[in-house]
Amino acid sequence: MSLLALSNVSVRYGRLTAVRQVTFSLAEGEILFITGPNGAGKSSLLRAIAGVTPPSGGRIDFADHDITGRAPEDIARLGLSMVPEGRDVFGSLSIEENLMVGTGMHSATRGWKARAATELEAVYATFPILKDRRHSQAGLLSGGQQQMLVIGRALMTNPRLVAIDEPSLGLAPNITDQVYERLIALRAMRKLTLLIVEQSSTRAMMVGGRMMLMRGGEILLDGDARALGQSEAMQAAYFGYGEH
Amino acid sequence: MGSLLQVLFDALSLGSLYALGALGIALIFGVMRLVNFAHGDVIAACVFALLWPSVDAVAIIFAGNLPWYLLIPFLLAIGAALSVASEIVVFRRFRRANPATMMIASFALGFVIRYFLLMLFSSRPKSISLLPSLSQPVEILGARIPLLQLITIAVTMAVLFGLTTFLRRTRFGLEMRAAAENFTMARMLGVRANRVIMGAFALSGALAAAIALILGSQTGTANIMMGASVMLMAFIATVIGGMGSLAGAVLAGFLLGAIATVMQVILPPDARAFRDAFVYGAVILVLIFRPQGLLSARGTKERV
Ligand SMILES: Nc1ncnc2c1ncn2[C@@H]1O[C@H](COP(=O)(O)OP(=O)(O)OP(=O)(O)O)[C@@H](O)[C@H]1O
Ligand SMILES: [Mg+2]
Repeated sequence: MSLLALSNVSVRYGRLTAVRQVTFSLAEGEILFITGPNGAGKSSLLRAIAGVTPPSGGRIDFADHDITGRAPEDIARLGLSMVPEGRDVFGSLSIEENLMVGTGMHSATRGWKARAATELEAVYATFPILKDRRHSQAGLLSGGQQQMLVIGRALMTNPRLVAIDEPSLGLAPNITDQVYERLIALRAMRKLTLLIVEQSSTRAMMVGGRMMLMRGGEILLDGDARALGQSEAMQAAYFGYGEH
Repeated sequence: MGSLLQVLFDALSLGSLYALGALGIALIFGVMRLVNFAHGDVIAACVFALLWPSVDAVAIIFAGNLPWYLLIPFLLAIGAALSVASEIVVFRRFRRANPATMMIASFALGFVIRYFLLMLFSSRPKSISLLPSLSQPVEILGARIPLLQLITIAVTMAVLFGLTTFLRRTRFGLEMRAAAENFTMARMLGVRANRVIMGAFALSGALAAAIALILGSQTGTANIMMGASVMLMAFIATVIGGMGSLAGAVLAGFLLGAIATVMQVILPPDARAFRDAFVYGAVILVLIFRPQGLLSARGTKERV
């Protein structure tokens, strides 16, 4: 049974169609990279899944619920945590406050405060720099630290699926390495399902897993990251060779 | 000494009114980028909630006779309920509209409330005596300060302290601050949009009721236009404060109160009628030097 399933999902902005009838499904515990050039529609697809930009057509199911057109908070509460492009930290809130925002979604269940505290320590264990600066304003963090913060914040809600839009954007390669290292470790620890958007296939090939190539709003290729990454088809599809 | 003290208390109590008004506007602006021009009419509606509907010149007191410990919660609840109702009935439909559309909707709502009051109560100001014991003066260092002024200032300080504590220490406050900064991101973390927005409207409505109480006791009249002048100054205070910055709104409210009071004292008698023109002149000066407002919403620097 798949955790996330899209069928014929389209996203339109006025007359522009950013995502065209995309269909795929993702099993629990899987790691999927969606790669593709600028304007491929990757972010639009993620925003549709998270409920931020409702799809103009098709159907999205998550954790046995039809989430098509549902509000972002409802989708988040089902266990889908989204880290949007551009690291949206709450700049005027402290780091710890940033981390705590999402924990309120469990406030109806017993013992949620204790669990949030445990979760907080777990995030701090993964990203010690956040603990050192937990009372300072999040807006003052460096780009890499902010990326760690938003990933940590997404984990605080104890989600089943984390969708991350370009975690490496604007980061030095060694910082990106760190971020990925932590992500992979976390995934192993929690049997988390990951959906990661990146422009290039480099990371996907390093990490392994499943990879899809998106271009012009469509999914052109879908397969094993390492095998696909080395294939001629990938190059051709990415740059659009042989299309007229 | 005595008269200086008097000026200080005048400035503080006028500033309190503006600060409370500005907070009510900034709270809502923070979470939904709506400049709510109906706020002044909510203030007026709260005053009239103390009376029975009638077009007679003499006010027929309804809730106005309640003892203060019932009167205050009653009026705060009325303000909050009216404000939340305006969100559910009107503003919810404009969530995805652009800020100008929402602002126009708020003007329209303001007119509806005003003309509704006009229909029920007529346009004649009615005299009411609300908490009359508060108008006696108190002697402080040779200055005679009306008790009401002291209470106004004390209540405002208590409200500011309470609101700050609420926003900083409670779960709901945390969600509101997060939503004010980035609403979509907060929702992606499971923060319920409707709850946060209704909470902001409820707080804002309760603040409107607090202003209604103060204005009603100060002026001893109920007048359908009474919210409008506070609203204008409060709106200006939110702009000078930096739209959406709560601290800025409060600071600017007190600043405006101080400027207006000082102008009243130092302007030659002939020019006093034009006090507001001078106040607006000062506002323009502030905005020339700090177009983003005193404290811009995300800024951390403080400069006056
Ligand atoms: N809010 C919007 N309004 C109108 N058009 C949009 C909007 N967001 C994206 N688009 C358009 O939709 C198309 C897909 O954009 P999208 O951001 O999804 O691409 P992307 O694959 O994430 O690109 P990048 O790698 O540059 O982030 C682009 O043509 C873009 O201009
Ligand atoms: Mg993108």
